[in-house]
Amino acid sequence: MDFIDGIHLDVLKEIGNIGAGNAATSLSKMLSRRVDMKVPEVKIMPFNQVETVVGGAELLVVGIYLEFAGDIEGTILFIIDKDSANNLLSLLLPDHYDRGKADFSPLENSALQEVGNILTGAYLSSLSVLTGLNIKPSIPALAYDMAGAILSVPMIEFGQIGEQAFFIETVFIDGFDQVKGNFFLIPNIDSYPIILKVLGVLK
Amino acid sequence: MTERIKVGMADMNVVRSPGVLVSLGLGSCVGIALYDEFRKIAGLAHIMLPSSKMIRNNENKAKFADTAIAEVIAMMTSLGANKDRLKAKIAGGAQMFASNNKASNLLKIGERNVIASLEVLKELQIPIVGQDTGGTYGRTVELYAETGVFLIKTIGHGIKEI
Repeated sequence: MDFIDGIHLDVLKEIGNIGAGNAATSLSKMLSRRVDMKVPEVKIMPFNQVETVVGGAELLVVGIYLEFAGDIEGTILFIIDKDSANNLLSLLLPDHYDRGKADFSPLENSALQEVGNILTGAYLSSLSVLTGLNIKPSIPALAYDMAGAILSVPMIEFGQIGEQAFFIETVFIDGFDQVKGNFFLIPNIDSYPIILKVLGVLK
Repeated sequence: MTERIKVGMADMNVVRSPGVLVSLGLGSCVGIALYDEFRKIAGLAHIMLPSSKMIRNNENKAKFADTAIAEVIAMMTSLGANKDRLKAKIAGGAQMFASNNKASNLLKIGERNVIASLEVLKELQIPIVGQDTGGTYGRTVELYAETGVFLIKTIGHGIKEI
């Protein structure tokens, strides 16, 4: 990570901006309502503090996880808290959703997975257009559990390299403040120089 | 007031009775609990990876099963615990996301963490008296130095003591 300086951070932030902008537009179409995003942040922090970004290790959240491969590799994690997931489902499946249940039905699961697909597809395709790199996402997997447990999956990957996590984070909020999600783009460390090189900011 | 010490990811700590060691939201990581029931001294390691030998950047001893267990034992014996009396319990090592197309190495790490932890404990001849590992769900664990009870809490998979 030593190669990263201020200009590189700005470029990575701009990648986040373009990717997340497209993802917000797609989500907005899917939900038929306005979806806003906060300015993406490029974060470098000790991996055992990342849980504070989403509200604590024990917070009950839905995690939508997928891996991407091709010219660059990495993982994507979209984390939404339980209330947001419920609100999201009631927008997507007005007839089907049962609010009393602690877990999600197969239909609700696949609806949430589809949200992951739409967001990720839009984000990665704009990243691919911007860089000319070939990027293929896997099918999303879903978990409904404690934030710390879900975050342990990408954090273990950082643990193999050092003590820091490095990711591009964007917060999405719908127009009525009912759905809030944290989108983490986590390229493998080896992928950062590839991205920065094709954009001409790293020799 | 009982002392409650939080043990984060790639961290470890020891405590005397009536202290409690807590790790929140273990996923694929493994919580390795050691205790001396006579001296009432407990130690907890929250490991992320199986072995320090496969990784170049391995200064953080708490991160790996092999180095963390050795270090927790050293910390406990310096508090007055007897190594020959230690017992172990382990929890965690879940696979949080089902792997789809390719068998992702990253997603199987929980299982490898469990196997490595058991092997290291066996090598050190520390009896493993409780185990709650695997599955696809996270666990919060609490280790009580007073009793050696290892309390495991989950979302939707109950609470248990081992």
